[in-house]
Amino acid sequence: MSGQGKTAAHGKHENHASHIVPVPVYLAVFATLIVLTWVTAYVSTVDLGPLNIYVALSIAVFKASLVVLFFMHVKYGTRLTKMIVGAGLFWLVLLLFLVMIDIWTRSWMGVPGR
Amino acid sequence: MDNETLMLEHEQDEHYGLQHHFENQEQQKDASTIGMWTFLLTEIMFFGGLFLAYFIYRQWYPAAFAAASNNTDLWLGAANTTVLICSSLTMAMGVHAAALGKRTMLVLFLVLTLMLGGIFLGVKAYEYHDKWVKHEIPGAHFECRDEKGAPCADEQHTQLFFSLYFGMTGLHASHMIIGFGILLVLIVQSWQGKFTSGWHTPIEMFGLYWHFVDIVWIFLFPLLYLIDRSGRGLH
Repeated sequence: MSGQGKTAAHGKHENHASHIVPVPVYLAVFATLIVLTWVTAYVSTVDLGPLNIYVALSIAVFKASLVVLFFMHVKYGTRLTKMIVGAGLFWLVLLLFLVMIDIWTRSWMGVPGR
Repeated sequence: MDNETLMLEHEQDEHYGLQHHFENQEQQKDASTIGMWTFLLTEIMFFGGLFLAYFIYRQWYPAAFAAASNNTDLWLGAANTTVLICSSLTMAMGVHAAALGKRTMLVLFLVLTLMLGGIFLGVKAYEYHDKWVKHEIPGAHFECRDEKGAPCADEQHTQLFFSLYFGMTGLHASHMIIGFGILLVLIVQSWQGKFTSGWHTPIEMFGLYWHFVDIVWIFLFPLLYLIDRSGRGLH
């Protein structure tokens, strides 16, 4: 029970830090998100060959990470929150990549079903 | 007793908003945060299935997807993305104001969030109408024409793109409409002084939901609007 009390006290400390994210941090994240939105829109009109989609998705992943870490306070969150977010993303990657690996490679082999 | 006095009274009470089955505010807030994130993970998998369908069909019919995507309005999409990011900032600032116990600022930022969300949906409705007029809604009267009026490349499969376009943006928009309902309740409750710097968990949890909806759009924008804009695959 005393151990639990300790954890709670520790959690209290973490949460107090998380309560107030300085406004300039929000504004910096916001400015980055806006700039990247217009960068990604402009870059799409430039022919980069097969790289276009990778550039667009990299920018999107970076923007989403900023939102998750700062706007959604995960950077300042407890370890348990970070683990839950990480586990969820891991399953999403499994869903997308395991299926896409099959889709991408099927045409190389000339196997039936494609 | 006016609302500000009411709020001050709540401020003194460290048990305000605390359910009896929690030890203290911190434990309660951690539980809420984890619960909310668990819900958002189910949402991620929910949208994830649609993203997967998108990636598979895009892999199979690249010409159709490029042609159909070029029929969306790139700059309108970028402007709307900007509006949604602005609403995420006002939401974050709302949570900030709540944490500082600033009631008026909280209400102001929540109303701004609602208004920016409204602008986003208004632009979206305009885009839907535009697609309706151009017969780009999948079905019996569907047709896809490029800027010269000629049929799109692989016109049959451009229907797949537009099905996914309406399915994904429609699901996204329905999340925003649900958000509006919750936001209206939160605005009234904030105005009544229900939230304090010590307890404003509903504001924080709604913030997570709103930012999540923003993230979905951050991916929808490049995937739906930005395929092959340089026109390489079209000619």
